[in-house]
Amino acid sequence: MKAVAQALRAHARWRWWEFALLAVLLLSWLLLPGQSLLLNEIAILALFAVSLDLILGYAGIVSLGHAAFFGIGSYAAALFAKLVMPDPWVGMVVAIAVAAVLGALCSVLILRGSDLTRLMVTLGVASILYELANKLDWLTGGADGLQGVVMGPLRTPFGAFEFDLGGRTAYAYTLLVLIICVLVARRLVHSPFGTSLQALRDNRLRAASIGLSVNARLVVVYTVAAAIAGAAGGLLAQTTGFASLDVFDFHRSAEVMLVLVIGGTGYLYGGIFGAIVFKLLHDLISAWTPQYWNFWLGLFLVILVLVGREKLTRPWTWWKKS
Amino acid sequence: MLTLLFDGIAYGMLLFVLAVGLAVTLGLMNFINLAHGAFAMAGGYITVLLMNRLGVPFLATLPLAFLGTALIGALLEPLLYRRLYGKPHLDQVLFSIGIVFMAVTGVDFIIGSTQQNITLPAWLQGRFDISWIGIGKYRLFIIVVCAALAIGLQWMLANTRFGSQLRASVDDPRVAGGLGLNVNRIFLLTFAVGSGLAGLGGALGAEILGLDPSFPLKFMIYFLIVVSVGGTTTLTGPLLAALLLGIADVAGKYYVPKLGAFIVYTLMIVILLLRPQGLFARAGGGK
Amino acid sequence: MTTTVLETRGLLKRFGGITPTNDVSIQVEKGARRALIGPNGAGKTTLINLLTGVLEPTAGSIWLDGQDITQLAPHKRVRRGVVRTFQINQLFGELTPLQSLALAVSSHLGISGGWWKPLGSDARVAPACETLLAQFHLTDVMNQPVKHLAYGKRRLLEIATALACEPRVLLLDEPVAGVPEGERQEIFDIVNALPADVSVLLIEHDMDLVFNFASSVTVLVNGAVFAEGSVESISNDPRVKAVYLGEGEAAHG
Repeated sequence: MKAVAQALRAHARWRWWEFALLAVLLLSWLLLPGQSLLLNEIAILALFAVSLDLILGYAGIVSLGHAAFFGIGSYAAALFAKLVMPDPWVGMVVAIAVAAVLGALCSVLILRGSDLTRLMVTLGVASILYELANKLDWLTGGADGLQGVVMGPLRTPFGAFEFDLGGRTAYAYTLLVLIICVLVARRLVHSPFGTSLQALRDNRLRAASIGLSVNARLVVVYTVAAAIAGAAGGLLAQTTGFASLDVFDFHRSAEVMLVLVIGGTGYLYGGIFGAIVFKLLHDLISAWTPQYWNFWLGLFLVILVLVGREKLTRPWTWWKKS
Repeated sequence: MLTLLFDGIAYGMLLFVLAVGLAVTLGLMNFINLAHGAFAMAGGYITVLLMNRLGVPFLATLPLAFLGTALIGALLEPLLYRRLYGKPHLDQVLFSIGIVFMAVTGVDFIIGSTQQNITLPAWLQGRFDISWIGIGKYRLFIIVVCAALAIGLQWMLANTRFGSQLRASVDDPRVAGGLGLNVNRIFLLTFAVGSGLAGLGGALGAEILGLDPSFPLKFMIYFLIVVSVGGTTTLTGPLLAALLLGIADVAGKYYVPKLGAFIVYTLMIVILLLRPQGLFARAGGGK
Repeated sequence: MTTTVLETRGLLKRFGGITPTNDVSIQVEKGARRALIGPNGAGKTTLINLLTGVLEPTAGSIWLDGQDITQLAPHKRVRRGVVRTFQINQLFGELTPLQSLALAVSSHLGISGGWWKPLGSDARVAPACETLLAQFHLTDVMNQPVKHLAYGKRRLLEIATALACEPRVLLLDEPVAGVPEGERQEIFDIVNALPADVSVLLIEHDMDLVFNFASSVTVLVNGAVFAEGSVESISNDPRVKAVYLGEGEAAHG
């Protein structure tokens, strides 16, 4: 009896490296103030990738349009700050809510059909939003983007902090949102609900055959993933001060997928590791060949797939015959 | 209005030729090849370079565009694609995105990113005006060529041995292999021809659709729409889907230019929502 | 008087020009030990698919405890106690046997939607899992990903998963397919040990197992009910023998 109960508990227990990662994240804010802007970018990308992990790694849905939720969170936060009130917390809640609503609506689209259908539909939604943002230029600034988003101070129990040019406040804010979202997502994936997501990813037929409602779960996870992506988008708008069309771009959806794949899918932290590696690689290679970064990215993707995705996250298998 | 219809049909026929290779690849190898547009771009550039740098007449470049692209496809299939047939769709998506990125930046690097222009031969320029319809000569040419190709493909599928081998392999590759069909060779030929057709489409489309390194990404979604709405089990499905798409896009951009491609995307989503297996697919289609 | 738990009335399934289920009307009583036999292609698995809701019937109806469940979604039928196993293992490759069973148990308890507390935090889950793991000799592999398990263990898990749902009507589709001779009886012992009020419908080719286990038999041929009765009457029925021998099929697992 004990062994079984213990084994169940062991699945959800905090690993040492989870604590280590948390510590590293917090220390990075303390010890690298000069890098705050870059770290902020990484953290936003990480949050975006973690949200994709929920639907791709845990529920097995291949989406080429996840940027739709990132983008709508971005524009929602920017417009809210410009037109209603500049408080970052309230704006974040708005971004999350709007993205969640869109996610819930779009979740209906991914319930039926093959992988290709889902790919097309998710791509279609992101493309529609891109077109809308482009055409409704009286609201969104069109191709120029929404400029001049000035945020109010971040109100905390420790006082009100203005967003400084160096980005320290921004990074602290982003880190906080990232950590909260990851903690919530962590609870989610270790719960019966989270396990049932993996079950329906592995074998949808059997999941239904043990009494799980597949559609309801897909709707919920898609909505949650959209909400978190919206949070990431909101962070981008709030910490950089503008929102532009490229938040809906196909490149964003492809990029975040790659980030997640680099870090590894299905264990929740792949988005974070992937974002760190990706951004560092990006800066490295862009410094060397700024125009043709996409070429090396493409080459990397091709090689990655040919060699096998799992090999990347398990370097010890490089020498073993699988 | 009839002119719009005519233009839409021309556009649709072109999309069909461009996308038919993708439909067959998906139906046959169950491979989502997002890089299909890169082959089309290759064909377009072959034509442009032959015409502008070597002075080859337009009509002569067309078969060369077909052959050149088919050759590229015939090389890449056994080298790269074949290793990925059984892999999950995510891997295929990542792989083909990688190929597209490489192709796009490669072309940008070698040739540059400006729009490529060709001058059509004189007999293809201009239009006939018959009552209310303005029939562009070039668009008429496209319709004729693409229709001939479509009929030719259908004939080949239905009447030749290769055609029936292909249909058998699409239906069930394992059984086909068990029956002694050389499935690898069928895949290779099909992939090569499909790529070649895409290249030919790119060459034909250079004048109408424009040609620059962003071509594969710009039009990828259109090819995918043709395939997902038209299904992969017939030829007529993608043909009808392509025509529908062509007409809808041309009409949409004319009547409601503010909304642009919005109409096409929405239409696609609605269709896929109602019939996830595509408008024209046979019932009981698989992944 | 035995009560009918599961019933079909005129169940018909037609597609693409074939009729795998042809006007099937059967009644499964409470506590049944019913074998469903027939030559290959007789439509046995199709019937199971119809009963569980995986396939929609072209005509006819399905009744559970006197209620029409023909339109009921598959996962809801499971919640009402209609559970099946698959002829080809349908398992969750990346999960462990413990996780799979814990999930099935949680689903049965109605707590599979919980999203805050970890899997298995409910006190009822661990004991139920432990019993199943022990029963099916899976305790030593309970923490290994299912995709790494040997076939025999996976088959055991296949059935254990179904039992974790505490079925009232258990539909077994060739449960011992691919299991070595010596281990087959073990599985049947477990099924035999199910509570007497659980109804079991078993698709099986091995006649020895059928005779050992079943008390009644339904014979399907070409999608229709060919014969029904007790094990003795069916095994002595010359028409049934003719159907099997005529098809060139030896009555051997």
